Amino acid sequence: MSDKILTVKNLDLTFSTNAGPVHAIRGVNFDLERGETVAIVGESGSGKSVVMKTVMGILAGNATINSGEINYSYYDEFNELRTVDILKQDTKWIRKNINGKHISMVFQDPMTSLDPTMTIGKQLMEGMMMHMNMTKEAARERAIRLLDEVGITNPEKRIKQYPHQLSGGMRQRVVIAIAISCNPELLICDEPTTALDVTIQAKILELIKKLQKERGISVIYITHDLGVVAKVADFVNVMYAGKIVEVGNIEEIFYDPKHPYTWGLLSAMPDLETDDARLYTIPGSPPNLLHEVKGDAFAPRNQYALKVDKLAEPPMFKVSDTHYAATWLLDPRAPKVEMPEELRKRIDRMLKEANADGSEL
Amino acid sequence: MAANYDAEPILKVENMKQYFKMSAKFTVKAVDDVSFEIYPGETYGLVGESGSGKTTIGRGIIRLYNPTAGKITFNGYDISGKMTNEAKNELRTKMQMIFQDPMASLNPRKKIGDIIGEGLDIHHSYASKEERKEHIDSILAKVGLAKEHYDRYPYQFSGGQRQRVGIARALIMNPDLIIADECISALDVSIQAQVVNLMKDIQEETGSAYLFIAHDLSMVKYISDRIGVLHLGRMLETGTTDEIFANPLHPYTRSLLSAIPSPNPRAEKGRVAVEYDYATSGIDYDKGSLHLIGGQHYVHGTDEEIARWQKGEV
Repeated sequence: MSDKILTVKNLDLTFSTNAGPVHAIRGVNFDLERGETVAIVGESGSGKSVVMKTVMGILAGNATINSGEINYSYYDEFNELRTVDILKQDTKWIRKNINGKHISMVFQDPMTSLDPTMTIGKQLMEGMMMHMNMTKEAARERAIRLLDEVGITNPEKRIKQYPHQLSGGMRQRVVIAIAISCNPELLICDEPTTALDVTIQAKILELIKKLQKERGISVIYITHDLGVVAKVADFVNVMYAGKIVEVGNIEEIFYDPKHPYTWGLLSAMPDLETDDARLYTIPGSPPNLLHEVKGDAFAPRNQYALKVDKLAEPPMFKVSDTHYAATWLLDPRAPKVEMPEELRKRIDRMLKEANADGSEL
Repeated sequence: MAANYDAEPILKVENMKQYFKMSAKFTVKAVDDVSFEIYPGETYGLVGESGSGKTTIGRGIIRLYNPTAGKITFNGYDISGKMTNEAKNELRTKMQMIFQDPMASLNPRKKIGDIIGEGLDIHHSYASKEERKEHIDSILAKVGLAKEHYDRYPYQFSGGQRQRVGIARALIMNPDLIIADECISALDVSIQAQVVNLMKDIQEETGSAYLFIAHDLSMVKYISDRIGVLHLGRMLETGTTDEIFANPLHPYTRSLLSAIPSPNPRAEKGRVAVEYDYATSGIDYDKGSLHLIGGQHYVHGTDEEIARWQKGEV
């Protein structure tokens, strides 16, 4: 039985700005099974954070939702499965029943997401006392246990400290401890390691993985770092200009990508074997969503663009049961186009490396 | 690459120390006894985790800080301690810096043209207004911006474009050395590639050297000729990019390299990064010194430690 914790259906959203309406999300569909990890990748401005903010009910005031459904399933206090459409609930209800309790979020910058005037202990206990009706003493005890769980040494002492007394990696651990304090079933991580350096990044990712295994929670990663995606995700959604353009499981996206934008993203990343004189870059820049997009939004930057790309928006073509991509290249009438030679070679090399030794450097 | 190792090094840093006195009893040794040199046309990458002192070194060299001790020679001028007027002039024109956050490092109330031309204004390096405008336009073209951008303000640009302005501002003085402090960390993957390609093109054209400070090792590997690995203010290992990546000796370098995530899910899922904890590793940085391993590869440690690492033990 499929047990979907979150389904986003046809979400469409506009921001009204001084320059006019910005059509930031143009029909996003995706779903998440319980216990799975999904990554959403894309350039800045592609709308990946906006989708997650909608799920959390923390959109900016100038956003209007044109259409869509966000169905979230959870077990209530009587252990009955209930499904709610988050878009139909008012903010107050979401704050009381969803945020922190069922869905919590880890933000990018651990410095700005903690309150500098409160001790970390107080910030940790706040949510637990609100959502779980804990006494101060019980919350304090649990806070110490949580800090220990996320790998902070000497938690009794740390609990009395302020955010500025901790390093960046420590702060992000505290943010994660706060996020899991009320036993959420869904954890949304918005670029959780972008502000941190590689050694700390590896530790934080391993920590989230460990917590996920122990508690059976589902995780959504928002990131532009494909290395991170490769490490943590089961499924990948590639977003471009407010739409999901390719979705598939991790192997399909990394070893058999179909959309030219995904090809570009994979090629632009230098891997440790890259010795070419120049890095590949995707020409041009993302479209300005102030103007209505006609046809395929990626067409102007796509060297494989067909005539039809300028006229009609491609639907999601099915590649396999889990793998879909929105590009006219997959239409049976389209000319056969293969991924760039460079990328093909790189993927072959990666496959060889992975098969030779799964634990290589 | 165009690095010229036979020439005199353009920058020579000898035993640089940068201490910050926090209180009467407590001093932070942000940079402790670091030496390295950069040759004309070369890119030297400084890597290390946050707090390792890589930014402090960059800032100390360009004299945003006053280094506590050590000798820094740039183009034959001594730029440590009290500088002569000629040394000051050389430093302020021939060494330039690109900063991390392209928004925070551009004055929001100034036009792009004036931001880029500020160096020219200060050093009076033009005869007429037309010459100034021409010069700025040519630099704009060089970094891939248009003439029309001259009259715009920073907020009208995207992150990648802003970083191009930062590069243009550094280039206008025709520098011999550019210090790039995490200049791509705040950008998207595809934009990072654009900026790095631009920096490479410029280096080929002008022959300027880069001190490239970053924590993204895959980018550092791609752009650098030589790399220095820093930890807790010490230079632990330095050598050509190939030497460091093919044969990392110091346990810290190994852990740093193992932490780079690679876009290869099958290999990545099962892999666990090598841990390195200075406190429990039994290594005392105070006891070691830099040892030559071969070529340009130096490793910091005691004789006995290095012998052990070379045998592949940790």
